Amino acid sequence: MAAEVAIDIIKTFPGRAPISAVLNYQLQQATALVLFGPSGSGKTTVLRSIAGLEWPERGTIRFIARIWLDTRAGIRVAPQERQIGYMAQDYALFPTYTVAGNIAYGLGALPLAERRKRVDEMVELFQLRGFEGAKPRELSGGQQQRVALARAVAPRPQLLLLDEPLSALDLPTRMQLRGELRTLLKHLALPSIIVTHDWTETLSLGDVVAVMGEGQVLQVGPPQDVFCRPGNAAVAQIVGVETVIEGHVVEQANGLATVRVNGTLLKGLGTHEIGSPVFVCIRAEDVVLEQGGTGLTSARNHLNGKVREIVPHGVMVHVKVDCGFPLVAVVTRGAQEELKIEPGSPVVAVVKAGGVHLVPRVE
Amino acid sequence: MNWTAIWVTCKLATLTSMALLVIGLPIAYWLTFSKWRWKFLIESIVALPLVLPPTVLGFYILIAIGPHSPFGRLYNEVVGHTLPFSFQGLLLASILYSLPFAVQPFVTAFEQVDRRLIEASWTLGLSRLKTFFKLIVPLSAAGLITGAVLSFAHTLGEFGVVLMVGGNIEGVTRTVSIDIYDEVQALNYGAAAKTALFLLVVSYAVLLFIYAMNRKVWAVWPQK
Repeated sequence: MAAEVAIDIIKTFPGRAPISAVLNYQLQQATALVLFGPSGSGKTTVLRSIAGLEWPERGTIRFIARIWLDTRAGIRVAPQERQIGYMAQDYALFPTYTVAGNIAYGLGALPLAERRKRVDEMVELFQLRGFEGAKPRELSGGQQQRVALARAVAPRPQLLLLDEPLSALDLPTRMQLRGELRTLLKHLALPSIIVTHDWTETLSLGDVVAVMGEGQVLQVGPPQDVFCRPGNAAVAQIVGVETVIEGHVVEQANGLATVRVNGTLLKGLGTHEIGSPVFVCIRAEDVVLEQGGTGLTSARNHLNGKVREIVPHGVMVHVKVDCGFPLVAVVTRGAQEELKIEPGSPVVAVVKAGGVHLVPRVE
Repeated sequence: MNWTAIWVTCKLATLTSMALLVIGLPIAYWLTFSKWRWKFLIESIVALPLVLPPTVLGFYILIAIGPHSPFGRLYNEVVGHTLPFSFQGLLLASILYSLPFAVQPFVTAFEQVDRRLIEASWTLGLSRLKTFFKLIVPLSAAGLITGAVLSFAHTLGEFGVVLMVGGNIEGVTRTVSIDIYDEVQALNYGAAAKTALFLLVVSYAVLLFIYAMNRKVWAVWPQK
């Protein structure tokens, strides 16, 4: 079932650049759209407008066949009528209710027996067995996040909205829950819109990414495409990762993972399981270009390649190298001249293992 | 001690508190969540009884409910007697006089409810009214009890308004504070002292209850 989400809104806050967001995309059953951008880019405002918690001055919001907002026609559908699941950044769990009470909160329309059954399903699915009677403040951050998510999806919404779902967690929990969240979103087969400022979350959670900056949607597309082929300088600046390529972990030892990318082996930091699919992400400034490349260095990755393209970028030059996969490096103009880097010339690209970021992905 | 006066006073205070829960909650809700720019006009009116002399307030209420006002005439036609110098009239005056003592704690309590919790409730499909009863009331319970108890205590001790609107009718409008005044006028210092002590003890007990309930840290009780 393909359906369309169409957003075209203008919202101003005093003392800030106006938010003027236009976004159209088709969603399949479990499509996760990520609104990605730096803080202040307006992504949370867009999400809250979709939820009906923020009222843009002008514009329209349409979800499938329903119009949620049309300021010209005077249509303003209340959040209660939108059948959405919304999870705020700090979870907003109800402190006076237990875990079960929080999950059951939005199920008032169901008969009691069915409500009990639904709560039980959610407790099972979100691994909250044994915590049904606990109050939110007795739970860990990860458990609170799961309760908030369970509460949001329990009424079976048509659309799930998540505002920075992982940012309130400490790093190890975040890494763990990122994987769980991705599996869960696929399992629920529920279209979702996720706000994040973290590019690793964008890659691992999103089927589609909408990059936002200065209150505008700058580019929409599959994350890998958008990251590797930013439409303009602003997007490239926001994304900040020039090389994103699919690979598989083939070896794993002491926190150092070996990844196969198109027949080339790369070493990166990570404790991913052998055989698991990942995105290999490399920032252009983490790549050093050498000529000949016989010298021993501490860097773990020495890749023989050929220069494909050179794109000037102010005082710097972006060099696209083919080393079994396309890799972008950034060097100064002086270095380019000294090393005689020209299209077709052979180079060795050197990347430290710490510069190779491995982000889990779904196949 | 004049038990009739104590009974009238307790009845008046209880009914006033209950009425203020019904009337004060919607007013407090509106004052907390309305974004109307002229809201302060209403806030000031609600707070007026705090600064106005009880005689002034009593005077206007007396005029407003008297047989020459449209409201007074209507009441007389419907009920069959006039409001001034009746228990009902006194109750109405008490409600107005104690309004800020109920509404202000309510507002303070509502303001402390996190807006994000209310938004979460809305997105879960609960109407504003249901959100109010299922979420806001439980979260602001302490403030609601404080408001009800304060208005009860304030009504116990009112004097000027009672005298202006209720008069001094034994068993109907003679409250404890009026009784003390009467006893002193009649030089019955002993009777006045007993009733005064009674009022002092009750008032102190009520305030003890409120402060104990709103205390954040209990040294001996386990932390909630």
